[in-house]
Amino acid sequence: MAEPVRVISRRFDVPNCTSIDVYLKHDGYVALEKALKQMQPDEVTTEVKKSALRGRGGAGFPTGMKWSFVPKDSPKPKYVVCNADESEPGTFKDRAVMELDPHSLIEGCLIAAYALGAHTAYIYIRGEYGWIQDLMDVAIAEAYAKGFCGKNIMGTDFACDVYTHPGGGAYICGEETALLNSLEGKRGHPRIKPPFPAIEGLYKCPTVVNNVETLATVPWIIQFGGDTFRELGTEKSGGTRLVSVCGHVNKPGVYEIPLGYPMKDLLEIECGGIRNGNKLKAVIPGGSSVPIITAEEAYGVMLDFESITEVGSMLGSGGVIVMDETADIFESTFRLVHFYKHESCGWCTPCRDGGDWMEQIFDRISIGGGRQEDLDLITLLGRNIEGKSHCALGDALVWPITSAMKKFPEDFQRALDRGKKLLREPVGA
Amino acid sequence: MLTPEREKKIDELLTRYPVRQSALLPVLWLVQEQHGWIDQDSMRYVAIRLGITAEQVREVVTFYSMYNEKPVGRFHLQVCCTTPCMLVGSDDIVSHLEKRLGVERGHTTDDGLFTVSVVECLGSCGTAPMLQVNREKYRENLTNDKVDALLDELRAKGASGGNGNG
Repeated sequence: MAEPVRVISRRFDVPNCTSIDVYLKHDGYVALEKALKQMQPDEVTTEVKKSALRGRGGAGFPTGMKWSFVPKDSPKPKYVVCNADESEPGTFKDRAVMELDPHSLIEGCLIAAYALGAHTAYIYIRGEYGWIQDLMDVAIAEAYAKGFCGKNIMGTDFACDVYTHPGGGAYICGEETALLNSLEGKRGHPRIKPPFPAIEGLYKCPTVVNNVETLATVPWIIQFGGDTFRELGTEKSGGTRLVSVCGHVNKPGVYEIPLGYPMKDLLEIECGGIRNGNKLKAVIPGGSSVPIITAEEAYGVMLDFESITEVGSMLGSGGVIVMDETADIFESTFRLVHFYKHESCGWCTPCRDGGDWMEQIFDRISIGGGRQEDLDLITLLGRNIEGKSHCALGDALVWPITSAMKKFPEDFQRALDRGKKLLREPVGA
Repeated sequence: MLTPEREKKIDELLTRYPVRQSALLPVLWLVQEQHGWIDQDSMRYVAIRLGITAEQVREVVTFYSMYNEKPVGRFHLQVCCTTPCMLVGSDDIVSHLEKRLGVERGHTTDDGLFTVSVVECLGSCGTAPMLQVNREKYRENLTNDKVDALLDELRAKGASGGNGNG
């Protein structure tokens, strides 16, 4: 195995790196100083573009391009918003960044603010991560005390305030426009796009919303150069990224891998193989919203945006959910159907009512009232949800189901048969 | 309505945003920290404090799952049962809790100490099964024994008058 590359996780093993003094001893705020004193704001964006960094929240949009959409001549204030509403099932990497290296996120926010001409950055943290918000608040207070936040940062005339903001427990607020509504003190309903946040975001002002890991990667890119970062990955998917692996592996956890790394190595080497020596059955490679893939596909796929697309799935948020031969794909999918039904914001009918109906169908199959034609009904219903609501939550409901039915039809048939058998057996016999 | 410290915190929060309504979610957290849930009077108070209508507060309280619209036990045990947790036995943890406490999920023990809830993904998938007490740091890699030890710990805390709304 090659020497592991450490970009985002470079300080994860440094003890007590939540403290600013420790952070400063490990290249802390070096990139911010370089950006403020040696680079023009446009040069910072150019460097990020060169890095081929793509958003680590799920959609994988090129970060530098996102930044370049913010109009330079707008008289309105501009905002940087960090999406720390990590709630995609299977994903727990942003948490690692904030718990182990919070200053890297603050530094990333400040560099982004400098590049965009913003003077306020909000870090929107999911409500459940209460203690992580406390930890971030302490780190931010330290940064203010050392003159890295607030006015005249590092003796320059650049000013930027950084604040944390708690969510209230709503998965949909990870969608960037729902997040902005939530930050404005409203329900987390996604907005109709366009206008995109870069033009009309927070308070109808130009806004960039970036994921935690994305922003925490920026200081390294500024310190060592965009080209250096890109070369760590593939041509279109630059650099390294964090993946969080859970489920039936011996060593679940957060790992940093270069883009293009083989999934097989991730499972066998980093994660120590499948638990109990069992056989791999299926993998959801990018958080629960992406289509499931079979063991055979998983062992042949590379972890980059392009390679995963070839097997019909996506890299998404980097949440890798591993299932061994003991897993029942009908049951694991049923649980996701419940999740998406629960988390639908309720605005669009196909997602709200479709999710409810979908759960009813799964429910009756599991308790024995399913009909053979229910499998076709699921497919038909899925077609009437997918692509028919304002945001991608409806799609996220449908993709895991249709892919699971296509790749593991025997599990769905077994659920139907098992249910019928349950019904035939008299109660109490 | 709220302690002077929390009132001061609201004043500080209001300096962070150009629009007062933006402070709504963090202010609701302060209310819930103090009372354990958010009642109608609190909603009206928050509305006045932020210069918005009570309905604007109510629609937010009812949208976000973490704001309690009715009282819960002093220790709200929230067990994640989404797929990654399910794969490694979260349902057994819920059953064990129900058996030990003598209440079903969604209910509170008669002594008012514990509420058991099943919640959606908490972002602790690599350290599952897990639960969260109120809004504290997660309790991870659970086993039935660890759950028993946790219940003892919380009972002792409850008897000494402390609470988990830290």
